[in-house]
Amino acid sequence: MTTAVGTTPQSPPRPPAPARPKRSGTRAWVTRAPLLPALVFLIVVTQLPFVATLVISLFDWNSLSPDERAFSGLDNYAYVFTDTALRDSVLNTVLLTASVVIATVVVGLALALLLDRTFFGRGMVRTLLITPFLIVPVSAALLWKHALYNPEYGLLNGALSGIGELFGDTDPAQPDWIADMPLLAVVAALVWQWTPFMMLILLAGLQSRPAEVVEAARLDGASAWQTFRYLTLPHLRRYLELGVLLGAVYIVQNFDAVFTITAGGLGTANLPYTIYQTFYQAHEYGLASAAGVVVVIGTIIIATFALRTVSSLFSEEATRA
Amino acid sequence: MTTATPPAVPSVSRAPRRARRRSTMLGVLAWAAGLAFCLPALWMLLTSLHAEPDAATNPPSLFAPLTLDGYRTFFGADTGVTPWPPLLNSLGASLFSTVLVLLLALPAAYALSIRRVRKWTDVMFFFLSTKMLPVVAGLLPVYLFAKNAGMLDNIWLLVLLYTSMNLPIAVWMMQSFLADVPVSVIEAAQVDGARLPTVLSRVVAPMAAPGIAATALICFIFSWNELLFARVLTGVVAQTAPVFLTGFVTSQGLFLAQLCAASVVVSLPVLAAGYAAQDKLVQGLSLGAVK
Repeated sequence: MTTAVGTTPQSPPRPPAPARPKRSGTRAWVTRAPLLPALVFLIVVTQLPFVATLVISLFDWNSLSPDERAFSGLDNYAYVFTDTALRDSVLNTVLLTASVVIATVVVGLALALLLDRTFFGRGMVRTLLITPFLIVPVSAALLWKHALYNPEYGLLNGALSGIGELFGDTDPAQPDWIADMPLLAVVAALVWQWTPFMMLILLAGLQSRPAEVVEAARLDGASAWQTFRYLTLPHLRRYLELGVLLGAVYIVQNFDAVFTITAGGLGTANLPYTIYQTFYQAHEYGLASAAGVVVVIGTIIIATFALRTVSSLFSEEATRA
Repeated sequence: MTTATPPAVPSVSRAPRRARRRSTMLGVLAWAAGLAFCLPALWMLLTSLHAEPDAATNPPSLFAPLTLDGYRTFFGADTGVTPWPPLLNSLGASLFSTVLVLLLALPAAYALSIRRVRKWTDVMFFFLSTKMLPVVAGLLPVYLFAKNAGMLDNIWLLVLLYTSMNLPIAVWMMQSFLADVPVSVIEAAQVDGARLPTVLSRVVAPMAAPGIAATALICFIFSWNELLFARVLTGVVAQTAPVFLTGFVTSQGLFLAQLCAASVVVSLPVLAAGYAAQDKLVQGLSLGAVK
């Protein structure tokens, strides 16, 4: 961010108003007034439901038998941590998030490096690369499930038999992608969708790299690899962190791909899907809430790092300005 | 790799030519990567333009005749089931929530960037932190509330939720855009006796118009894409386009060309808005941290 953070961001931006005790109270409120509608709205719509979730998580409450609703303390939490299905979905969430984030960062970095140089039609290539990110997530998931993965007429198997035909192989392998490798199928679709996002963040990082320093390194005889290793990568660190953390926050919450591609079957259910199913289909309100609270705690741990990264970007900009 | 040219006199002979060849190769590689990434989307477009029997063949029939039948069927030419109600619901929910976001975020961003309320960075981080709260954790209470208040299957509930979902991003983005508006102009308006609503609508909004437009586009995209809320909280009347898409497959069996046509139609507004706001899109998603 630019000038807004121009002054020292940690301390209050302006010295306290000169002593005028009577009016400063009202003045402060007048200053704050434009902020209040947004704040109040957000607190009511996002924080209150979460408090309600916390309360419901302490109850044994199945909506199909509403009369048996009873306070059950931390029983739901004990269940969340011991039930194998729920534990599997925690594991899936971690696996899914970690693999998607790592793959998107690696591929995104490679693409960003490619796009950081001038070549014919760079703008066009950039536009092509962004397209996966602009397909509505449900459409993208449906596209992968039916048009690409389908074992009978999907593009992947179609390409396999097309290539097989070229080499005279009349009976090429025709894997059933989703049934054979369900988690990988979901991961591949998500990597396709999220790589452009990582690429754009890292490209912004590359383009903020001071050109003189790179030039100086080149004149000093640094090889391309040395320049990358000792100049580019350290410079990109904050952007990589930002990409990883935001990617994690968005992908932990993914629902569309799991819901559409496997419907949580074949051992691919992640926490958002499991919670959705627990309350929407199994009507176990208390249990779903406890699982929700666990997700929030996990996300808070990630988010704490994310916030720190964003705030360090903040202060870096401030010192540069 | 090691093209160590002597610093003062760049040699004209081999090194530059090799460098040029390498750079051409990398350009070709970039094009290949771009096309590879776009291929599934292009495949979706091509399949949507094929007749049903040509769409589902193995190996794929690349040169089958093109037809708009998939689109015609999707828009209800044969069945009479049109996608217009869900599309309009999505449009309504997205537009209304975008307007509401702008109405709430503009004054907030003004207070944060121009008036500099005390502890404004803390306030900024509070906004950001709500974005990191997984939506699924608050969904059940919202559902119960809506059920008891008779607000299920109602796009106004979606409008409220989409507003809360996009408000933090909008505040962050607009805060950075408004910071570029010179304070002197605002003070001049205030000296002339303009009050806050006038200052915002006559001075600040026009000067930050491009940024506000980008913010609006991003809020629109996120609302249009949303599935989980819409899936849980709407049914028949207020069904949105993404929910319609998921149900569309199961209720009518699988018609690949028609499905691809449907996916193209539903993605079209996002593609248009996204290409228009390419740079701002990252900035919005990374909550303003990358500019």
